[in-house]
Amino acid sequence: MRLAWWKILCILQLLTISVAGFLGDVPAKPILNETIRNYYFHVPMWFGMMIFFIVSVVNSVKYLRSGNLKHDSLAVEYANIGLLFCILGLSTGMIWANYTWGKPWSNDPKQIGAAIAFLIYFAYLVLRNSMIDPDKRAKIGAVYNIFAFAMLFPTIWIIPRLLESLHPGGMGNPALNPGDVDSRMRYLFYFVAFPGWTLLGVWIASLSIRLKNLEEKKLQHA
Amino acid sequence: MKSVIALFKKDLLLEFRQQYTFYGILLYVASTIFVLYLAMGQPEDQVWNGLFWMIQLFVCVNAVAKSFLQESRGRLLYFYSIAGPRDFILSKLLFNVLLMGLLSLVSWILFGLLLGNPVQNGLRFMGLAVFGGLGLSLVFTFLSAIAARAQQNAALMAILGFPLIIPQILLMMKLANTAFSQVIQDSLGMIVLLLAGLDLLVVALAIILFPFLWKD
Repeated sequence: MRLAWWKILCILQLLTISVAGFLGDVPAKPILNETIRNYYFHVPMWFGMMIFFIVSVVNSVKYLRSGNLKHDSLAVEYANIGLLFCILGLSTGMIWANYTWGKPWSNDPKQIGAAIAFLIYFAYLVLRNSMIDPDKRAKIGAVYNIFAFAMLFPTIWIIPRLLESLHPGGMGNPALNPGDVDSRMRYLFYFVAFPGWTLLGVWIASLSIRLKNLEEKKLQHA
Repeated sequence: MKSVIALFKKDLLLEFRQQYTFYGILLYVASTIFVLYLAMGQPEDQVWNGLFWMIQLFVCVNAVAKSFLQESRGRLLYFYSIAGPRDFILSKLLFNVLLMGLLSLVSWILFGLLLGNPVQNGLRFMGLAVFGGLGLSLVFTFLSAIAARAQQNAALMAILGFPLIIPQILLMMKLANTAFSQVIQDSLGMIVLLLAGLDLLVVALAIILFPFLWKD
């Protein structure tokens, strides 16, 4: 079995973070306490989700410019994987909220933003499935993807800054409070947890694209 | 620009001649609000505000849906030969903004008549209702174009549109809540600017993206 260097890196990073995330030292903060370890698992989901949705919309733009169906399958697979990360981010957040806020869902602006992103990308998949012709599906899907992206991201970047929230970071920065973590945690996050989880997503996406291409080939030769 | 106005005039004229959509939607607004009145009587401020924006949302979906869904294939082909895609979408946006502005006023009046009028600052609320209606109609016009190209009905439009519109509706409700008392909030101007920016963004996106939907 041969693996590309980045796949080996991904495995090593995820192993490291699974061990260091649960066993390593963390600063003791009021309220957060040991739940601060979620920083290694919950926060990378959102970073990953944003990256995947950006990759997806870039591919949609490329598709509209070139008409090459390869870009369309990239766009839809990255939207899928972004959606998976969104679901994981929501559930890790809800487990965390259950212990720190007392209940999993409390209509916090960040939770609402995440739920909206989830609904929008599900609508994108529903829209695609409502059409059979691949070219038409790709074109209309790409138009909706760009429109939805441009409507969604300004609102989830701006609105949480206007409303008050219980989420770490509170007012101002929507997700992180730089003062909550020490330099060791920050190092582990930016060099191990965040790239590791993102690479895992890229890996999954590349596998599902290969699977799809094989299925298409099989159909052509059938 | 000339063809935008010509196409807009055509929509307006069609409306005046047939008067089917306008009265249809008017009846829709009136009967929904009447049902609400029977169900709720005269609700509290918060509930009143929430109901108002929900009704606006549904009125918008129904009023705007027909703008693309009503055009037959043959007629679209005809428009294709006489006008550019940008003129076409701009004329539709303009017409729907006008229609929705009018309907917002109507539903505000009906709400006041049937569900009571808890609004303290009437002028501000009226402005916000029209402004919110404008934002809704822009987004749903473009979505109705997408739904029409996908050969789907208004249900798909609602599926595509509701998640997209949630942030805007939330902000509109927050803004409108300020009209229920005489208190002035400082963040008001910023939210209005944000929403106006979003409206501009939608128009720009419609102009850029509609040409791709236009051709088969």
